[in-house]
Amino acid sequence: MNSPTTHLTATDYEAVIGLEVHVQLKTKTKMFCACKNEFGGPANSHVCPVCLGLPGVLPVPNEEAIIKTILTGEMLGCQIATRCKFDRKNYFYPDMPKNYQISQYDEPLCQGGAVRLDLLAFPKDAQKDAAASADKPIRLVRIHLEEDVAKSFHFEDGTSGIDFNRAGTPLMEIVSEADISSPEEAFAYLSALKQILIYGGVSDADMEKGQMRCDVNISIRPRGQKEFGTKCELKNLNSISGVRRALKYEIARQIDVVTSGGQIEQQTRRWDDDKGETTLMRTKEKAHDYRYFPDPDIQPVRTDHGLYEKAQSLMPELPAAKKLRLVRDFGLSAYQAAVLASDVPLANYFEKAAKPKPVNGAAVANFLLNDFLAMKLAAPAFAAAEAVLKKVDSQTASHVQNEIPNLPSVDPIFFTELAEFSTSGKINSRQAKEVFAQMLATGKSPAQLVKELGLEQVSDVGQLEAFCDQAIAANPKSVADFKAGKQNAVNALKGQVMKLSKGTANPQLVGEILIRKLSA
Amino acid sequence: METTSLTIPELRQKLSSGAIRPREVVDQLAARIAAVDPKVKAYLHVDAEKARAAADSANPALPLGGVPIAVKDVINVKGDPCTCASKILEGYVAPYDATVIAKLREAGAILFGRTNMDEFAMGSSTENSSWGPTHNPWDLDRIPGGSSGGSAAAVAGHEAFVALWTDTGGSIRQPAALCSCVGLKPTYGRVSRYGLTAFASSLDQIGTFSKTVEEAALLLEIIAGHDTRDNTSVNRSVPKYAASLGMGVKGLRLGVPKEYFIAGIDPEVEKAVRAAIDAYRGQGAEIVEVSLPHTQYAVAVYYIIATAEASANLARFDGVRYGRRAKNPKDILDLYRRTRAEGFGAEVKRRIILGTYVLSSGYYDAYYNRAQKVRHLIADDFRQAFKKCDALLTPTSPTPAFKLGERTQDPLQMYLADIFTIAVNLAGICGVSIPCGFTSGKLPIGLQIIGPKWGEETMLRVAHAYEQATPWHKEKPPL
Amino acid sequence: MANPSSDSIDVTYVADLARLKLSAEETATFQKQLGDVLGYVSQLKEVDVSKVSLLGDADLENRLRTDEVRASLPVAEALANAPKQENNLFVVPKIVE
Ligand SMILES: [Mg+2]
Ligand SMILES: [Zn+2]
Repeated sequence: MNSPTTHLTATDYEAVIGLEVHVQLKTKTKMFCACKNEFGGPANSHVCPVCLGLPGVLPVPNEEAIIKTILTGEMLGCQIATRCKFDRKNYFYPDMPKNYQISQYDEPLCQGGAVRLDLLAFPKDAQKDAAASADKPIRLVRIHLEEDVAKSFHFEDGTSGIDFNRAGTPLMEIVSEADISSPEEAFAYLSALKQILIYGGVSDADMEKGQMRCDVNISIRPRGQKEFGTKCELKNLNSISGVRRALKYEIARQIDVVTSGGQIEQQTRRWDDDKGETTLMRTKEKAHDYRYFPDPDIQPVRTDHGLYEKAQSLMPELPAAKKLRLVRDFGLSAYQAAVLASDVPLANYFEKAAKPKPVNGAAVANFLLNDFLAMKLAAPAFAAAEAVLKKVDSQTASHVQNEIPNLPSVDPIFFTELAEFSTSGKINSRQAKEVFAQMLATGKSPAQLVKELGLEQVSDVGQLEAFCDQAIAANPKSVADFKAGKQNAVNALKGQVMKLSKGTANPQLVGEILIRKLSA
Repeated sequence: METTSLTIPELRQKLSSGAIRPREVVDQLAARIAAVDPKVKAYLHVDAEKARAAADSANPALPLGGVPIAVKDVINVKGDPCTCASKILEGYVAPYDATVIAKLREAGAILFGRTNMDEFAMGSSTENSSWGPTHNPWDLDRIPGGSSGGSAAAVAGHEAFVALWTDTGGSIRQPAALCSCVGLKPTYGRVSRYGLTAFASSLDQIGTFSKTVEEAALLLEIIAGHDTRDNTSVNRSVPKYAASLGMGVKGLRLGVPKEYFIAGIDPEVEKAVRAAIDAYRGQGAEIVEVSLPHTQYAVAVYYIIATAEASANLARFDGVRYGRRAKNPKDILDLYRRTRAEGFGAEVKRRIILGTYVLSSGYYDAYYNRAQKVRHLIADDFRQAFKKCDALLTPTSPTPAFKLGERTQDPLQMYLADIFTIAVNLAGICGVSIPCGFTSGKLPIGLQIIGPKWGEETMLRVAHAYEQATPWHKEKPPL
Repeated sequence: MANPSSDSIDVTYVADLARLKLSAEETATFQKQLGDVLGYVSQLKEVDVSKVSLLGDADLENRLRTDEVRASLPVAEALANAPKQENNLFVVPKIVE
């Protein structure tokens, strides 16, 4: 069974990847003191004796952080411990005020659970290939709660400066099993995890802002082999797509080493996103001796004394459930539902917009997902328009709820109105786009815009008959063609009527009138 | 009028009647210190000017209005140094008040002077202070006990009325016994530890030194109580401890643990303590023999748990954010290693190394985990014993004060000085040491009274009954 | 797992974990003294602890903090004790990752 690996080629190897994700929790205060859990502001402005580790201070755990960790565990299907405790993890480092980190060692809050890889969570360019591993569960080992460390800055003169504002803020560590087998799966895992964290209001989970940080363990092995290969740890991963790129590079590097007869050395490597490569930070060091022991300053915590119930009451509708409901209640396509489910504020906006007339849900979704998102991409002009709108908004539609500025700044009801004009055929699709653009630019309602732009379709039969008569009189050739049996000739006449009516004629009615007149 | 020998109630009476002004009290105390402290060396720093200013604005109507209180140099007082008798905290000025300090301020007390101690409270003789030892006021060639030797000596030598101290393994009771004063260690969780520089978090507790039991009761009423800043402080109402003093011991059952009268105990100490037990019987208490079979393991358990916790608690003294920093460090590792090597004394280093070792990979189960389990058994011994009695009577220290330098080269011998006090900390219960006579060489002997969790009321009542029936607390050292 | 009776403490290794620089003399003294102490504490091996559980502390009640902001220290006070500072930062020799 042990075939000499040197005979294997690159495609004979598979990657084995496990992720340790640190997530900053959205709480008002730090984990063990009442300083603001907030970034920005002058260095060392959110510190107190406790989070500076002064002599004599004591930690008191933040209830909200515990609840949010339990909630995360619930959302990910973990078992929640009925009792947990905090431990001291001892090591010296200047970014850690006490030279021990308060963490959880052998009694974490959550154990087990999994993250399911939704197809849409994969990178767009890989979704076709990813179909096979979509819905694959990535099992979790545990989730525990700990405190974050300070931020350090490095200077040219050989010194470092430390800002303790971040020190002691609540941090959740989510450890996966080594179930991930490709860079794309790692990408999907992080995207899906991020989505769930956002759903629960647990964290904004933005990797670029450091709200979600990820350490990667990666090894390769010949397909079919059970034992793990020697792993390397990757650091400095600052975006989900960066993780994918780094893994792609690192897998290729490791395969290259092995297929050219070398051996993987246990290393910590740093990803350089600009250069697109990983470089050696350090080789295997002697194992850390963290000397964990229960923190005698903190009582063990019982989750069954109210904390679990509080977490339960915060349980949101999860992405999978939301998708099903959007399809069922609003007649959306699976794709539309999935895209909306990936953006909770947009989905909430959608629901407000579509609720008054759910049968038009698909049309409302189209305006939001195609027209609005496309417009957003066409950025600067739109951003300017939006800025202008903000003022209009406060007077005309102050009740509009804007969770984040990434939403249309108009009353969601306008979307229903617009969809209604469009699906009923009162305006055509080209006109609808125009109304849409104006609606966002001016904040005026579709009804008002249709009127102002003179787009109200003319359905008055008398008026339309006059236009039709005019067209018939002016185009004897088309009339003759029609009478000779060329049904299509009616379209030319229809076009004429539309022109005469400046596009306001109801095309369906015009067709009917023309055929009636020509057949007479 | 001479005030330094007064008790707190006596002093309060003179202050509130206007017979004496707070400033005069401070002046007299400062004069007494100037006269005797060069011999005793009880104080690390005294800021008499600051105390005078506080005295001038003192409100005698408050429970401790105008009463000067000495504080162990391990409790943080905003704007004051807090060195823990260690060079590593040289230059550190506390930017906040410990909870007990806030409570004392609220009660009108004048914070007066910082007393000497073993560095970071690690010691049984106050010889481990970076600023030299304190001397026993009863015999200047002898140690005052430790780690709170400075406070005990100050109260015994009438250089302080009362003092606030901490007890991790006997640091209040043992020096109180060796200096003939009252040393109270409350139940773990009774008094907030917030602002007390930690030695061993699961054992440390703030308590009091005083000349009388009544003063201890009055002070405890003020400093006790739940604190939301201390997760280990317990939310229970605080009894009026002083109110139940004077009720006597008739009808109480007092236990005598047989394991506390063993080989190695000084015969004069044993004789004095046995006489005290007889005195209680004479006052109508029922004396019962009890057994605390795991007593013999207490010192071993203590030196594992206390050093383990200390190794982590003292990691923060690293020269990065406050205190001493080694000169011209070549890198961060060098900064840590030299700062800590230069800043800590030998006993602190010894304990950090021991504590680091018992937690290190491969040894945790054999030492730390096992010690925690034996600690459980020790606590259980007490629970069983308190089913048979209301309080326990034991010697506080197996010997009277030993000579300075006698045990400094033999840490293990030194550790055994706390053999009768340590189990109380391990079990988280309360204990008080009161004067119980003198040896033929006029060295003080202490009687320890141990109460169950939250049993301070009865324990103090028992202590008071003996104190009032004996003359010991009225004797003054020949300074 | 190591058997405590048979191993002696490696003072050099442990002092390094604890970031303490010891002189050769200190190392030798501690080696001897701590050897004695460990010999003394080894009596704990004779205690039967098989029935002791460290879980399930009886009167366990959650004493947690509600998530409400309290004032932090003014920046100047936070930095007042710093052995070295610059631009509101605590300064140390360069930290390597
Ligand atoms: Mg971690
Ligand atoms: Zn803080």
